Amino acid sequence: METNTEKQEYTITVYTENQVGLLNRIAIIFSRRKINVESLNTSPSEIAGIHRFTIVISESRDVVIKLVRQIEKQVEVLKTYFNTNDEIVWQELALYKVTSEEITERVKVERLLREFGARAIAIRKDFIVFETTGHREETNKLMKALEPFGLVEFVRSARVAIIKESSGFHEKLKDFENREPSEEVIENEYLGKREAVFTM
Amino acid sequence: METIIEKTATATTTLTGSQAVLEACIAEGADTIFGYPGGAIMPIYDALYDYHDQLKHILVRHEQGGIHAGQGYARTSGKVGVVFATSGPGATNLVTGLADAMIDSTPLVCITGQVFAHLLGTDAFQETDIINITMPVTKWNYQITDATEIPGILAKAFYLARSGRPGPVLIDITKNAQIQSFNYEGYTPCHHIRSYRPKPVIRKNYIDEAVALINQAKKPLVIFGQGVILGKAEKEFQKFIEKSGMPAAWTILGLSALPTQHPQNVGMLGMHGNYGPNVLTNECDVLIAVGMRFDDRVTGRLDKYAKQAKVIHLDIDPSEIDKNVKADVGVWGDCKETLPLLTLGIEQKDRTEWLKVFASYTQQEYEQCIKDEVYPSSEEMTMGEVIRIVNETTKGNAVMVTDVGQHQMVTCRYAQFNETRSNITSGGLGTMGFGLPAAIGAKFGAPDRTVIAVIGDGGIQMTIQELGTIMQTGIDVKIMILNNQYLGMVRQWQQLFNDKRYSFVDIQSPDYIMVAKAYGIEGAKVEHRKDLQKAIQTMLAHKGSYLLEVMVGKENNVFPMVPQGCSVSEIRLK
Repeated sequence: METNTEKQEYTITVYTENQVGLLNRIAIIFSRRKINVESLNTSPSEIAGIHRFTIVISESRDVVIKLVRQIEKQVEVLKTYFNTNDEIVWQELALYKVTSEEITERVKVERLLREFGARAIAIRKDFIVFETTGHREETNKLMKALEPFGLVEFVRSARVAIIKESSGFHEKLKDFENREPSEEVIENEYLGKREAVFTM
Repeated sequence: METIIEKTATATTTLTGSQAVLEACIAEGADTIFGYPGGAIMPIYDALYDYHDQLKHILVRHEQGGIHAGQGYARTSGKVGVVFATSGPGATNLVTGLADAMIDSTPLVCITGQVFAHLLGTDAFQETDIINITMPVTKWNYQITDATEIPGILAKAFYLARSGRPGPVLIDITKNAQIQSFNYEGYTPCHHIRSYRPKPVIRKNYIDEAVALINQAKKPLVIFGQGVILGKAEKEFQKFIEKSGMPAAWTILGLSALPTQHPQNVGMLGMHGNYGPNVLTNECDVLIAVGMRFDDRVTGRLDKYAKQAKVIHLDIDPSEIDKNVKADVGVWGDCKETLPLLTLGIEQKDRTEWLKVFASYTQQEYEQCIKDEVYPSSEEMTMGEVIRIVNETTKGNAVMVTDVGQHQMVTCRYAQFNETRSNITSGGLGTMGFGLPAAIGAKFGAPDRTVIAVIGDGGIQMTIQELGTIMQTGIDVKIMILNNQYLGMVRQWQQLFNDKRYSFVDIQSPDYIMVAKAYGIEGAKVEHRKDLQKAIQTMLAHKGSYLLEVMVGKENNVFPMVPQGCSVSEIRLK
């Protein structure tokens, strides 16, 4: 199975307790193996008090599985999922700051912004801040397009992602609170189909 | 008014954070604490003053000595080792021991003092960010800044240290929390943390698959590690291998889980392991790994490791399965529970023929390698003969604690064991300096047993200050320094792989007997074979600690050896 050793983008979703220092414990798992984290987002989840990490890395499936197991080993981690891009819906948010002069004087810029569906979220005499959300390629494109017109600042957020197949964490959490959780909760989803997943 | 106040004061117990820490230790049955005081942990030590009849505190000479002693204690007693240290340098001195305990799955709770909470992050005196420093080398760590958290967090710490795959936990407590008084509602041990699953659910289908593989196997080989000891599953393990007559080989941390004399014990795996188990790993048809993690020192070159065999891997830690060696059947779970399930399913078998193959390898190894090590023909003494004489004297009943290097490999290879929890060594991390303090802790953990520390002339000098701990506690530890006047293992590699370019391995020693004497410890030095047996007998018969220095051959090597990067079947006998 060639795909297991081929690098591709994976989105890792981690449900955790809300605990100081956990971010470091998770980050260490990557940095110890000299793996670059392309994007990392922490946010609340669908359940109050449970945090959700979204981590994007480019690695082979074999490596990702090992990383996921190490993440799940952390005491405060409830559950970890990993998905390829076709298994998730994701967005990233980008902000662009352009001088007002450019915008007001050049029709071309206006057309560009319209084309990319950008929203103006701050308008001042000297500059205007636009916002778009989308995939990296999309936000990259607008950034490139705005560069010749004096893009003053650009920033993009980490990826946030929803797993298409997931039915959320509510039911699972109840299970975790039991002394003897079910098989599914105790083991990673992929363990059940490990024969289909592993080569070495 | 006054009477009312008095009444409320007696109705609820008010404790300081420090007292709550000690109450937790008592409640958890931690009778012995290894530690060293300092500014930021003074309130706990002040409280300890009133608890000395309930808690034994051993004052070590260095925090690294303290944590290694805690490890030795945990390994012989099977309990959680408890270590106290102050903030800053006290805490950073624990790091090596934490890393050692982490990689060797030793249950520890380390409590460090920390500066006042309001000083955190100000570069206060003896402030260090020990939580972040120790994050990669602890199973869990936590900083307490409020005393009310202490009972709950310590309960969690002890639970995490000992459950599942054990490991070290560090709790950092700011000084204000140690001083703070609060309403103490008693101690409630922790048994469940919702985000923590100490052991995976056993899946019957994997048990069935494993049983089927074992029953079909013509040449099965069992390899076992410390999981058998940590799971307290020695009996279950023995029943398992006996029912189907399988040969069993051990990693150095699995050593002593199965008596040396057991007819199915075929010896040691890995770089300096025995000939048979290494070569036959690559000839067996089913490899059953129990509570071990396929360390590179065990497997040698991975892409040439047991490729012909179906691999069954039993482990409590799911992240170990498929980590280094792909398992055909991964049996997740506590081996105390999984082994009996396997035993139930497997057929009674006689595998005498297969065991004979191991015996023939043993014979070859004996002729070419072992014989000359344990009954040397050379004038120089060998480490192997020292261990042989120890065996003859102790009959395999002693706890053997080793440091790291050639003497460690020789001891693991030749020492005989009748009982479990008798081999204490730094396996995964290979920490020189581990031996002496670990032996002190081992004796506190098993006070009725003879504890022998075998240490090289390099390692002893790393933690020799702990002779002071022996002096002050009067503990009985037999220390054997096998002195080859070199950092022998590195020298051996330099000889074999670096054209004898002996780069900084020529290490001088002090007069150990005089050093021991200065600490009030008796000792002797042996330079000739004729005095060796007598000297070992004198050491073992001596009441109290004793230091025996044995001058062994300078350039003796440990063989067999699987050179780094080679397959286990390329093991060299010479």
